[in-house]
Amino acid sequence: MMDAITFTATDFHVLKPAILLCLFGCGILLTDAFLVRRIGKRWYNAVTALVAEGAVILAVLQHMSDVRSGGPISGLGGSILIDGFGVFFNVIFVLAASLAVILSARYMEAEGEHRGEYYALVLFAQAGMSIMATGNDLVVLFVALETMALSFYVMVGFLRSSKKSNEAAMKYLILGAFSSGLLAYGLSVLYGIAGSTSLEKVGEAVAARPEGDWATILALITTSVGLFFKIAAVPFHMWAPDVYEGAPTPTTAYVSVASKAASFALMIRLFLSAYGSAADAWIPLLGAIALVTMTIGNLAAVTQSNLKRLLAYSSIAHAGYILLGLVAANEAGMRGIAIYILAYVFMNFGAFALIAALRRDGEAAEELDDLNGLFARAPGYTILVAIFMLSLAGIPPMAGFYGKYYIFLGLLQEGYYVLAVFAALYVAVAAYYYFRVIRACWLQKGSETPATLDMNLGTRVALVGSGVLTVLIGVMPQRFLDLAGESVLATLR
Amino acid sequence: MSEHILSIIWLTPLVGMLAVMCLPKDKKDLVRYVANAFAVLGVLVTIPMIRAFDSSNGDFQLVERLEWIPALGAQYYLGVDGFGYLMILLTVVVGWLSILCSWASIQDRVKEYYAFFLFLQAGMLGVFMVLDVFLFYVFWEIMLVPMYFIIGIWGGGKRLYAAIKFFLYTLAGSVLMLLAMLTVYFKHFEQFGHYSFALEDLMRVAAYTGPEMQFWLFWGFFIAFAVKVPMFPFHTWLPDAHTEAPTAGSVILAGILLKMGLYGLVRFAMPMFPKGATDDLTIQMVAALSIVGIIYGALVSLMQKDWKRLVAYSSVSHLGFCTLGLIALNPNGIAGGMLQGLNHGLSTPLLFLAVGIVYDQRHTREIADYGGLANRMPIYTVLFAISLFASMGMPGLNGFIGEFTILRGAFEVSIWWAGFAVLGIILGAAYLLWLFQRVMLGPITNPKNEKVRDMNLREIVVMAPLIAGCFWIGLYPKPCFEILEAPTNKLVERLDPGYFSRNAAEEPAEEVRLARLAPEGPSASE
Repeated sequence: MMDAITFTATDFHVLKPAILLCLFGCGILLTDAFLVRRIGKRWYNAVTALVAEGAVILAVLQHMSDVRSGGPISGLGGSILIDGFGVFFNVIFVLAASLAVILSARYMEAEGEHRGEYYALVLFAQAGMSIMATGNDLVVLFVALETMALSFYVMVGFLRSSKKSNEAAMKYLILGAFSSGLLAYGLSVLYGIAGSTSLEKVGEAVAARPEGDWATILALITTSVGLFFKIAAVPFHMWAPDVYEGAPTPTTAYVSVASKAASFALMIRLFLSAYGSAADAWIPLLGAIALVTMTIGNLAAVTQSNLKRLLAYSSIAHAGYILLGLVAANEAGMRGIAIYILAYVFMNFGAFALIAALRRDGEAAEELDDLNGLFARAPGYTILVAIFMLSLAGIPPMAGFYGKYYIFLGLLQEGYYVLAVFAALYVAVAAYYYFRVIRACWLQKGSETPATLDMNLGTRVALVGSGVLTVLIGVMPQRFLDLAGESVLATLR
Repeated sequence: MSEHILSIIWLTPLVGMLAVMCLPKDKKDLVRYVANAFAVLGVLVTIPMIRAFDSSNGDFQLVERLEWIPALGAQYYLGVDGFGYLMILLTVVVGWLSILCSWASIQDRVKEYYAFFLFLQAGMLGVFMVLDVFLFYVFWEIMLVPMYFIIGIWGGGKRLYAAIKFFLYTLAGSVLMLLAMLTVYFKHFEQFGHYSFALEDLMRVAAYTGPEMQFWLFWGFFIAFAVKVPMFPFHTWLPDAHTEAPTAGSVILAGILLKMGLYGLVRFAMPMFPKGATDDLTIQMVAALSIVGIIYGALVSLMQKDWKRLVAYSSVSHLGFCTLGLIALNPNGIAGGMLQGLNHGLSTPLLFLAVGIVYDQRHTREIADYGGLANRMPIYTVLFAISLFASMGMPGLNGFIGEFTILRGAFEVSIWWAGFAVLGIILGAAYLLWLFQRVMLGPITNPKNEKVRDMNLREIVVMAPLIAGCFWIGLYPKPCFEILEAPTNKLVERLDPGYFSRNAAEEPAEEVRLARLAPEGPSASE
């Protein structure tokens, strides 16, 4: 391996998104310290971050066209693999990060914590996620995961004067470190089995082990638990509601969408390539975890009165559904995961964007009751709320429906009828709490001093854009389904 | 133009919704005029369909077919046969009347009200004309949303509870249907190598699936439809939703939404899974539940103190007749079941409208608060009596024809079925006549009722077309039977291949039998 340390043009090419993100992140830190801070217009940092996203999406699109014409590109001695799957997830990360940046400008300003480091952290986290989706080596994947996680720990605690935010960051850090430890332990066992960190080699070595091999099981369980923490699957979900509630709302949205997507990307890679031969062992495990996750997530969400906690439990439930796609482990299931995550970006960011904008007397208003009577004050936005909630509930023809559609199809194809019936019936449970949000906006009368929506142009554009895309993916899904389909072909080699 | 008749029919209310949304919020009368204009237009655009429809043809007509989502094999695929045709006509008329009847009773958030109503109208029309199962599911689900808002915003005291209960019950049924749908869809792919949601493609799967699988798939669909019908014991959402909804909402719920369950059975569940529908266990269970529904609905109606709730429970009883007819699986039963669905769509809206007229003045639904209304409201008394008689199955009115045909169909299967159903008719007469006696007859006991006014012109105009429909079907049902005949025969042949050739030897040809039925209605009343 030692002779492979020459940095070629291909290596640069495959790393381009991450390199751009790191450079722009450092750039923001420097310009903020020496320029923006003097001018006093902090939204310049947000603009820089958006420029970075623009540059990254160009690089990602170039990857996409290269992969389409010439197949997967491997770089850095095979530790990075750019394929349709990685490209798709990179698109997701760009969308999520851009939306997070747009929402943050207004929110952080209002909270009095508008500083340049925040945007740098958004980009650093994204650099980590970018590698998580394209990494093909245990060590690279782990380092990428930690890059993401460390950035998020800081972002969650970014509201320095808020007790809740600090508590959330502490909780996230401790539990996150614990889960990373478990994951690292599992990866080291895998290294012990294979004598190599390359995913292909690990996959071959695991396949060569006898059936019911304890080392494989040990590695499987520890890595799974580590990843279950990251995706907030029950029973490793306890951090999620507190972190979601305490973090600045745009960060909550970013964590719930992007970090979950990245962890799923890593999980899919690991399970389908490294553990591909041990599917008999992990399918029941994941099936059971998915079922419990949907149950707890949906039932706990029903009683929440805080919007962010409600969406936190809802995102736990969504993680359960996405896991079911991996349980099916067939083309429909994988397509389901991809389209689910794509839709989730828009519908979840849309929902959080509204919460981020909701204020009463300058204080962030995050209770369900704060939405009461919103129809009278902002009829257009209440229509958007309805769209996002219907989509989250999986009612056709909204974007969120297609993820569930494919995942159910995937389960039925494999004959997991009982799981499918449970998953389907939980849709009705979930509809109950999503409709609580709709009910507050549409059916309840507002109080004397209602919460108002405080938005700048960027937030409005992001909100309306998310709403339009949620409906568009729902009504005209063909292009998006193609995109998702292209991405998953890579994983099911 | 003419090849897009069906699209125009369902898109007209949708355009109306967009138009209403563009109007200023405070110009309430303008909103009302525009909404009503689109409702009338919605009726008028069905004229080309009526002209083009050929009732002797059992195949789907006026078909429109476009690619929609090739990745899924879902198409924009519309078409009607006799079942859909009658339901579309019922929907445009009842939809128009319920929009008209809301003129004075809705004063809050008028613009949103009409927008939701027109949206609902578009969704319901879509359900009755799609032939692509995926698109059907989309229409079926999306239509719940405006109904949720109509109950939840403009409903009575327990509206929030009733609205979400309605939504969740229906949704829970629908998701099971989605799973059954996906299973057939995948089986079709396994068998034929391409993905398709077109009804005729999925119907071909039946030949390759065993009875047990078909049984489960049938029940997957059946539960969704049974919730909507609603069949005992899935009916518990209905009394709340119907009672709490505003008058127009109850009219639509009773008049059209319930019919979707019947329509779904004859359009999708039965033809897609013939072995599931003709399974002995299915027949016994559905028949038993229908009979329980008939009797239970009638008994509960007898006990009601709330006028609207009484009418709501009467629907459980009446729809039990319809499902009993359908599960008889013979031409009389199925045609009778669908015709009785249509009849119920005319007579129950009349009863709800009648409640609405006095409710708007007195703001109470308690039967005990009324009494002696006949003294003050002569026109109302006559129209209400006709509505009751139509609902009760009085010869000369529509209910009789439907119930009679169902009983014939049920009798062919089992004398017990018919016997229990007759008991339901008697109980039906009891609770309806008793209701009439309590609210209309006798002296006025409550001084507040002294001041009630009789019906105004608009209210008469709203009820008149439905009453005319009741008399028309009651006196001359032949056109309806002719329309129902072709699709009914096709369905029976699908469920029981060789039914007609077997019975031809013993009985006169089916056409003759059905045609002969027509004049029997009025003659029996003589």
